[in-house]
Amino acid sequence: MKQKDIFVAFFRSSILGYGGGPSTIPLIYKEVVETYKWMKDEEFSDVLAIGNMLPGPINTKLSGYIGYRIGGILGMINAVLATILPTIILMILLLTTLTSFKDIKWVNGMKESIVPVVGVMLGVLTWQFYKSSKSGLKTPTIIIHLIVGLILIQFLHIHPGIIIACLLLFAVFQPVKTSSSTSKTDKGEA
Amino acid sequence: MIIYWKLFLSFLITNLLGYGGGPATIPLIKNDVVNRHHWLTSQEFQEAFAMGNSLPGPIATKMAGYIGYKVAGPFGTVVAVIATVIPSLFLMILLMSILYKNRKSIRVKRMTSYVKPTIVVLLGLLTFESFSESIQEIGMLQVIFIALCTFMLMEKLKIHPAIIVFAALAYGAINL
Repeated sequence: MKQKDIFVAFFRSSILGYGGGPSTIPLIYKEVVETYKWMKDEEFSDVLAIGNMLPGPINTKLSGYIGYRIGGILGMINAVLATILPTIILMILLLTTLTSFKDIKWVNGMKESIVPVVGVMLGVLTWQFYKSSKSGLKTPTIIIHLIVGLILIQFLHIHPGIIIACLLLFAVFQPVKTSSSTSKTDKGEA
Repeated sequence: MIIYWKLFLSFLITNLLGYGGGPATIPLIKNDVVNRHHWLTSQEFQEAFAMGNSLPGPIATKMAGYIGYKVAGPFGTVVAVIATVIPSLFLMILLMSILYKNRKSIRVKRMTSYVKPTIVVLLGLLTFESFSESIQEIGMLQVIFIALCTFMLMEKLKIHPAIIVFAALAYGAINL
């Protein structure tokens, strides 16, 4: 019975949530804290904060961990599959159908018209990330990061993975100033 | 066999570097899958992203599932999705008590905030690429028209992305 509840909770929160994992967090909260009362409000916030400390998709970290807490290994697998499986199957079915008609002229028109839509979606995502980066860094620091990052990636063709790995190392090993809350010299990309 | 290993490594590394949830991994996945391994063309990646955005649920696993399938069939899906989900989930379960103690640590909080501007650069470049490729294909006027409509519908009128994608597909079928 518990496994069925786990499946229903995570299936529902995933299938009703649009716009990628982060936007489904309120729906997961609703299921876990309000509907099934598996966790208290404060505990959920802690789990969310901890999930955000690690890389990768947040949705599967949350569902996997919460599933594990309530239903063990089986609960974990159950919760993750309920979160991701239905949409992966839909995705493969729809896209392989679309590409199997790719030589028909009007299907090509459809594919061409979708690219500007993707451009806008990516642009909105860029803006959202820019706004959320303001919570951790000051604006001049962000601008330096942006300029240096752009030069390294676009003009010097440095693999973005290397840049991110350097930034992560810098974040861990840079001394923490006890007097001021945040440090000013963050030119981590150099 | 080697293709599964490449898929696994590719999705493992992009997801371990993607701080800021699934969307942050999109430009990293594009870089690896399109520019480095040439598993998909830029156009195919954009189609997948558009479809992924019009379906519900997490974006990173949908992309991994589809790309894995395209590269190496159903087992490719399994490999790419496992590489996406398992490492960070296991880290979370195993390190819960250590992470819990450090959840207010400045160093840990810095990790996400230091990476974010670079993700902005990557997403910005991807946005630019989409528009410039599209302008070459269908011309400036069409791109501006479709982009403006999308922006108004999505951001101002808050229309569901699936409806916008369908409308754009219909427009393309008739007019392009």
